Amino acid sequence: MSTQSYYVPHQSRWPILASLSLFLMAIGAGGYINSLGKEEVSGFSGFSLLIGALFLAAILVGWFRNVIKESMAGMYSDQMDKSFRWGMSWFIFSEVMFFAAFFGALFYVRNLAVPWLGGEGEKGISNMLWQGFEAQWPLMSTPDMETFPGPKEIIDPWHIPLLNTVLLLSSSVTVTLAHHALRKNKRDAIVIWLAATILLGAVFVYFQAEEYVVAYEELGLTLHAGIYGATFFILTGFHGLHVTLGTFMLLVIWVRVMRGHFNPDHHFGFEAVSWYWHFVDVVWVGLFLFVYIL
Amino acid sequence: MGTLEQTVETEEHHGPARGITRWLYTTNHKDIGTMYLWFSLIMFLLGGCMALSIRAELFQPGLQLMAPNFFNQMTTMHGLIMVFGAVMPAFVGLANWMVPLMIGAPDMALPRMNNWSFWILPFAFSMMVSTLFMEGGAPNFGWTFYAPLSTTYAPPSVTFFIFAVHMMGISSIMGAINIIATILNLRAPGMTMMKLPLFVWTWLITAFLLIAVMPVLAGVVTMMLMDIHFGTSFFNAAGGGDPVLFQHVFWFFGHPEVYIMILPAFGIVSQIIPTFARKKLFGYASMVYATASIAFLSFIVWAHHMFTVGMPLAGELFFMFSTMLIAVPTGVKVFNWVATMFRGSMTFETPMLFALAFVVLFTIGGFSGLMLAIAPADFQYHDTYFVVAHFHYVLVPGAVFSIMAGVYYWLPKWTGNMYHEGMGKLHFWLSFIGVNITFFPMHFVGLAGMPRRIPDYALQFADFNAVASVGAFIFGLSQLLLVYNVIQCIRVKRHTTAQVWEGAEGLEWTVPSPAPYHTFAQPPLVK
Repeated sequence: MSTQSYYVPHQSRWPILASLSLFLMAIGAGGYINSLGKEEVSGFSGFSLLIGALFLAAILVGWFRNVIKESMAGMYSDQMDKSFRWGMSWFIFSEVMFFAAFFGALFYVRNLAVPWLGGEGEKGISNMLWQGFEAQWPLMSTPDMETFPGPKEIIDPWHIPLLNTVLLLSSSVTVTLAHHALRKNKRDAIVIWLAATILLGAVFVYFQAEEYVVAYEELGLTLHAGIYGATFFILTGFHGLHVTLGTFMLLVIWVRVMRGHFNPDHHFGFEAVSWYWHFVDVVWVGLFLFVYIL
Repeated sequence: MGTLEQTVETEEHHGPARGITRWLYTTNHKDIGTMYLWFSLIMFLLGGCMALSIRAELFQPGLQLMAPNFFNQMTTMHGLIMVFGAVMPAFVGLANWMVPLMIGAPDMALPRMNNWSFWILPFAFSMMVSTLFMEGGAPNFGWTFYAPLSTTYAPPSVTFFIFAVHMMGISSIMGAINIIATILNLRAPGMTMMKLPLFVWTWLITAFLLIAVMPVLAGVVTMMLMDIHFGTSFFNAAGGGDPVLFQHVFWFFGHPEVYIMILPAFGIVSQIIPTFARKKLFGYASMVYATASIAFLSFIVWAHHMFTVGMPLAGELFFMFSTMLIAVPTGVKVFNWVATMFRGSMTFETPMLFALAFVVLFTIGGFSGLMLAIAPADFQYHDTYFVVAHFHYVLVPGAVFSIMAGVYYWLPKWTGNMYHEGMGKLHFWLSFIGVNITFFPMHFVGLAGMPRRIPDYALQFADFNAVASVGAFIFGLSQLLLVYNVIQCIRVKRHTTAQVWEGAEGLEWTVPSPAPYHTFAQPPLVK
């Protein structure tokens, strides 16, 4: 419900510039990807993608700086704070649905499509296409091994993935400890706990990259390795990108803490990032369970 | 930067900025709403021209005007432009204009993000339309872009199509977040949830649907991109994937998407009918619950679009019965609109005419939908013109008529001038006649087995196709009257009152016409 007055920002250049840079990125990415595998990779498109991405990054810095300045000037009422909270919550919900699409795809191929391909069920006539194909999960031998050579081995969940689970779960704890410290206004403790969170996130990303190298070089687990590789990389890949983004967000918050931007009652920027971090963490638990273990 | 009160006060004396920067940099919900509506009108006319080229080719059997591949590009682009470029932005434009006015808010909750949501769209659609001029032509796999047609056999421009869809998705999600935050957080004191005008309620639920399914669309086009360019096999059975997986993920987005295009229409009609029947809306609470039920059901019916792919019997039955359930809340709505009119003192201005046509013609589309929901019968109808007739009845005299009703209803509030009633009625009658001549015969050729998306047809379908094409040109050309009426309403000073319509109720009618650049800087008290 509305309070007495409300801050409506003045005109802003950021949105139109952000649209323009998104456009440059999209045109560039489209042209660049289309030219992959041709004799000449499109330099112009690559340039457009790069420039667009750099512009967008610069614009986001400028835009957020603007918002932070307004917030520091006390222009945001409690009501505005609530709008930000709704905005961030629904954004995270949209991210949940993005991952839901890939989890849904995983469940569908595992429980329905692959068994049907192997001849199971009343509709299981598709095994006539690839006779002798046997349904199994993880799918080590695909119906057409020449086009999609299945993986030789899969990642052992009880080594790097288990370690990564421990890393990410403890990072959720450290970010919460930082939040408690912020509520008690203990700046040194916030800085330390946040730094620990960032470090845990970065180590997670490092191990994930290490795992990809092993998957590609030793296990034959690649994007081309049939549906197991496809679902494995799209789920862990997008999760890894989100952890990377979340780590950058934590870094920004860390700098802001050191500059004294937050006080015990007013620190939504901090909370938004910690919500995001917990979300990334929960997605990982789902991944560990359904992609690695089961 | 001053204190809060000072900022608001100086704002009040500010009119809009001068020149082009007013539109480029604006944070004003009315400016952004206006831009959405003009953008949608341009896309409507562009998509309409594509529809007319389709109907021109189908005027008689045989290939006359275009090569089959270009025909396929036209059906694809027509669908994509109308869904993502015309109908959705029109509803977002109406929401931008009317939701803050209806709930007594000074603006949208996140005004800068609001600007971003809009300005992504012209860029996304420039890229999408530019595929027509690319090597290999525009996407030609239908607006539903089924794999493997859209992966293995797609033209190279599909990559740009994928990124255009990503941009539209970003725009829609941000727009929807903004609308939800506005409705939940910016209501005037006393405006409780169960006092919200129905247009606001339907948009709240629509925004939820958008946030839930646009990311799924992003997911499915991402999997396409990976299959096309990076060697994955999501939709390729040779690697253990499944082309049917594409259809499941797509329609998990697609079915809520069609309700995204109809729930705000329900809201608009629920505003207009009480005004011109001069009675309160019958069954307000049941309207709210019906909208919510429809939204819930939209998540568990998606596979009724794919009865013929070879699902297990249990799946066919589940999706058949859950689909038929939707008729219950929809029926509640139709009966409530009829009951609202019962013994009302009705008048028939242009918005009311469009709203009444909506109720009747949307119901026809609903009934043909019920026929399609019956799985065994759908095996006959699937991919025929009966399906085309069905969804055009719910989208053209459904969604599009409701948008036109809303435009005529609120145009005096936006411009401060009354449109020309006679011209409005002429536009309505020509549209009404044209729409029925176009789409009604499609039921017959569809039941007789004419397949959709084919540029040629068997001779026995010739007469009805000729009739449909004539109707399409009547409908298409009469939309020039809409353009004329809107421009005339803006330019000819026929001043109107704040109330505009005798029977109109709600906060939006308490502010002057035209609505000042900033409204409700001090929230009104709602009793």
